[in-house]
Amino acid sequence: MSAAVDTAALASAAPQDERAARAPWLLSAPALLLFLGVLVIPLAMTVMLSFHDWGQYKGIEPVFTLKNWQEIATDPYYAEMFLRTFRIALLATLITAVFGAPEAYILNRMSGRWKGLFLLLILGPLLISVVARTLGWALLFGGNNGLVNKLLISLGLISTPLPFMFTETGIVIALAHVMMPFMVLSVWVALQRVDPQIENAAMSLGAGAFTIIRRIVLPQIIPGVLSGAIIVFSLSASAFATPAIIGGRRLKVAATLAYDEFLNTLNWPLGAAVAVLLLLALALIVVGSNALIERRYAEVFR
Amino acid sequence: MSFLELDRVAKQFGVQTVVDDFSLAVRKGEFISFLGPSGCGKTTTLQIIAGFLEPTRGAIRLEGRDLAAIHPAKRGLGVVFQSYALFPHMTVADNVAFGLEMRRVPQAERAGRVRAALAMVGLAGYEERYLRRMSGGKQQRVALARALVIQQSVLLLDEPLSNLDAKLREEMQIELRQIQRTLGTTTVLVTHDQNEAMSLSDRIVVMSQGRIEQIGTPQETYERPASAFVSQFLGKTNDFTATVDRSVTPARLVAGSWHAPAPVAVTGPVTISLRPERISFADTGLAAKIVTRIFQGNHWLYQCETECGPALVVRQNDGKPQPAEGDAVRLAWRPEDMSVRTAGGVA
Repeated sequence: MSAAVDTAALASAAPQDERAARAPWLLSAPALLLFLGVLVIPLAMTVMLSFHDWGQYKGIEPVFTLKNWQEIATDPYYAEMFLRTFRIALLATLITAVFGAPEAYILNRMSGRWKGLFLLLILGPLLISVVARTLGWALLFGGNNGLVNKLLISLGLISTPLPFMFTETGIVIALAHVMMPFMVLSVWVALQRVDPQIENAAMSLGAGAFTIIRRIVLPQIIPGVLSGAIIVFSLSASAFATPAIIGGRRLKVAATLAYDEFLNTLNWPLGAAVAVLLLLALALIVVGSNALIERRYAEVFR
Repeated sequence: MSFLELDRVAKQFGVQTVVDDFSLAVRKGEFISFLGPSGCGKTTTLQIIAGFLEPTRGAIRLEGRDLAAIHPAKRGLGVVFQSYALFPHMTVADNVAFGLEMRRVPQAERAGRVRAALAMVGLAGYEERYLRRMSGGKQQRVALARALVIQQSVLLLDEPLSNLDAKLREEMQIELRQIQRTLGTTTVLVTHDQNEAMSLSDRIVVMSQGRIEQIGTPQETYERPASAFVSQFLGKTNDFTATVDRSVTPARLVAGSWHAPAPVAVTGPVTISLRPERISFADTGLAAKIVTRIFQGNHWLYQCETECGPALVVRQNDGKPQPAEGDAVRLAWRPEDMSVRTAGGVA
């Protein structure tokens, strides 16, 4: 008798449990569907596309072939291009770190009113299109008509225009400029967590200004620099507008190459393979370095 | 000769004067507290001594040397901060060793001194810990050890205990006092907690709005407050207005139905200040009615309504029957327990 009562109670409780278990899925369904629809499916299709065949006269053929991947793996052109992409991204990251970290530190030490103004100055460029900002560099240095080049030539300081357009140096400088706010912001966030009295504490213990920066401030903002570096690196490596404007067709990076394969050569499968490889390489680098950083600083910043 | 000397120190931020005309002579080995409400300039004064701020006027001397000419890193002061300002990326031992390292103390000696300092604050065995995982009380001890290990002649404490809970704070007060006695370090403590100042200090500097109100031993400042501010800020105080009646001889000081022989120098309307625990219930005296009675274990707290306004009375719980709420009572006190002030000044 009592056993029957127990099972009855269980039976009535079960549907309620089930409903409770379903609730989180139902609630997150809209977001999951959107994620699936606009990210996962197109990405999967791009991956599939990279295994399709393509010919000048036959167009895309939905067959499974490793042709595109073989071409990327064997043709040194692609290796050079990917190497250039990551070299540019790495240099841009280094420059933003070297200039951005001190910039954030100085910003953090400013008094209220100035701090607000300069923070706005640093973040302001984010409100302007990347294209407009990069075109600014082109206006300054673009060949004989660039403003700076013209000025320097008329002053007699140089006889030929400074090489900026269509050079790696040009892309690196323009990218570093475009990405600077991300680095400054992420270092700035790290600085907010630093005790404002900590430099006084170090000073009272006998540390000089340089020692305070090196031993006390820098170690505490390194995680901020590193997370900023991950953002800047991944954005730089996949950047399109800046390399497209400064590098043009002469100096391609992964993103501009994928673009050209898609829209000029119309070799979509090869473009897809380039894009997928860029994505994989970036994901690997970012996830790997993130894991390294977290392990290195786990004890201190938890 | 005084050990640490502040001579008419003043600090202005723009048009605002934060500290003004601050003169103080601290003896060697003395424990001094700067006591006052927030914004009274006590922390600013400490930061001027430490060298984090420059005084607008005045001089600071340590053993006769002008401190203003010495860079903060070379002043030879140990500082403990309210926020502790520890180095979160270093272990406890590295935090404490930092000051020794800056002084180029050899590695072998460093380890021994760090261990001794940590043992002194009760943190033996915590050397390799990181601070994020330690409680506020333990972090506070690390901060103290870090300031003590460099064995400076002056220790500056900026509200070091204000972030601790009441019980821990009391424990740390006792410990701080013992450590200070053992080492004989001249210590300046900034606090807004009158109990802390009274239980720790040899002398208290009571500050208000950037100025010194009174310098004295805890007893002096409590028993003979130099101003209305001091008597209000240190403990609780009853203020009654009284008049001097010269129509009788000898002249009498009168507050409602209470009277006593008037002090010689006093004229006109005056303010009588006296501590709640110095008032007793008597047969004659100031007529009052008990509004509320609060039991506090070892004593009773009475809020009374008198002829001269509200009054607070504290009576020891000595087991004898006490008046109840609503009772009409008479309040009396000995003339020597009160301080008499003419309006604004001290009589």
